[in-house]
Amino acid sequence: MSYYHIEKEENELLARVEEISGEIVTLCEQCGICTTSCPMAEEMDFTPAAIMHAVKIGDRAVLDSKAIWICASCFTCTVRCPRGIDLAKVTEALRQIHLRKNKDYINLEEVKEEELEEDLPPIAVVSALRKFTG
Amino acid sequence: MKLPYYPGCTLKKNAKNFEKAAIVAAKHLGIELVELPRWNCCGAVSSLTSDDVMHHVAAIRNLVRVQQMNDDGILDNEYRLVVLCAMCFNVLKRSNILATSNANMLNTINSFMDTEPDYEGTVEVKHFLEILRDDVGFDAIKSKVINPLKGLKVSAYYGCTLLRPREVGIDDPEAPTIMERLIESLGAEPVDNPYKSLCCGSYHTVGSNKEVVARRAYRIIEGARRNGAEAIITSCPLCAFNLDNRQALTEKLYPGFKRMPILYFTQLMALAFGYESEASFDGNFVDPIPLLEEKGLIGMKVQK
Repeated sequence: MSYYHIEKEENELLARVEEISGEIVTLCEQCGICTTSCPMAEEMDFTPAAIMHAVKIGDRAVLDSKAIWICASCFTCTVRCPRGIDLAKVTEALRQIHLRKNKDYINLEEVKEEELEEDLPPIAVVSALRKFTG
Repeated sequence: MKLPYYPGCTLKKNAKNFEKAAIVAAKHLGIELVELPRWNCCGAVSSLTSDDVMHHVAAIRNLVRVQQMNDDGILDNEYRLVVLCAMCFNVLKRSNILATSNANMLNTINSFMDTEPDYEGTVEVKHFLEILRDDVGFDAIKSKVINPLKGLKVSAYYGCTLLRPREVGIDDPEAPTIMERLIESLGAEPVDNPYKSLCCGSYHTVGSNKEVVARRAYRIIEGARRNGAEAIITSCPLCAFNLDNRQALTEKLYPGFKRMPILYFTQLMALAFGYESEASFDGNFVDPIPLLEEKGLIGMKVQK
């Protein structure tokens, strides 16, 4: 596939993610420990290692993945990455690429009232809004 | 020992039992937890982007209050801020590390909070469990136990925010033992759980994705049960909600699933220290009272 050969300077996705996250994504050597450690991997369309690979090669499909929203920033991969990459910051950057364009992942008006009435803890609501809206 | 204490929003709503039990348990150990005046929401999750300063302001503003308590003579040179909620602890500690290791960022935050005194970077954010381990000590806790929780098999659930990332965590992120040592000192039997630091699904409990949470809750609870646990303790009100209240959904997804009581570690402490009513077991979703009665740990004094 041609996108394997994108030069780093032409890879806008990589540049943007590295800028927002402060992480060096190209350090990833695809060992996969992030995916085997991830408590959410089975819920994801892109596994954590696949997310890293996509960013590295500039595959923008990762921006439309469900996985970047499923990642709950539990930092298990961050603690275990042998290359010292903070992957939680990488998925945060991918979410931020949307949120900074005012593209929210959840629409508050669509949240059903009975859901809000079920005595959700404030930290649940605040953290969901922090992660899913800009 | 008088220590400033940050409750956070959820301890004033869903997790009143967590706070009530903590205050009485701390008092029993000679610690007065003094609530921070004019505290505000910490933001619940830490902003993870390299260019974001704004979302750390709320956390830092709370740390300024600790300085003010010292300036006002409420505290005598005490800059350790105690937090009970594991999520708030993580956010406050993380913002503190960032601001104190980045002079530019701290300067920006201080300039922004122009009606507040500058944050001088003097505050140390501590989880209550750290105070118990490092300042009180588990042997001292053991000697203060009035009602040993004999025969109760308890599994500790750490979740994410007490342990990760490494620079914020209060114990080994891969093999924590701090809560097991507490369980032991209270006379109960600690039970290991291979899923004790597996994420519960956190804020996915809001909206249409709550089955993600229920699936994780099932794995965590069954992991504890397989090792013989009868109850689980936690220090995070969001984990507590996901493991406790979401058992109603877990039950629907997994036929045959049996409910297990989820307690705050401070409730166990209050019970072991003889404050049964302050342990506030009526605030839990899955009723722990039948289990505690069966073990002969409550309701022994018949009042009629």
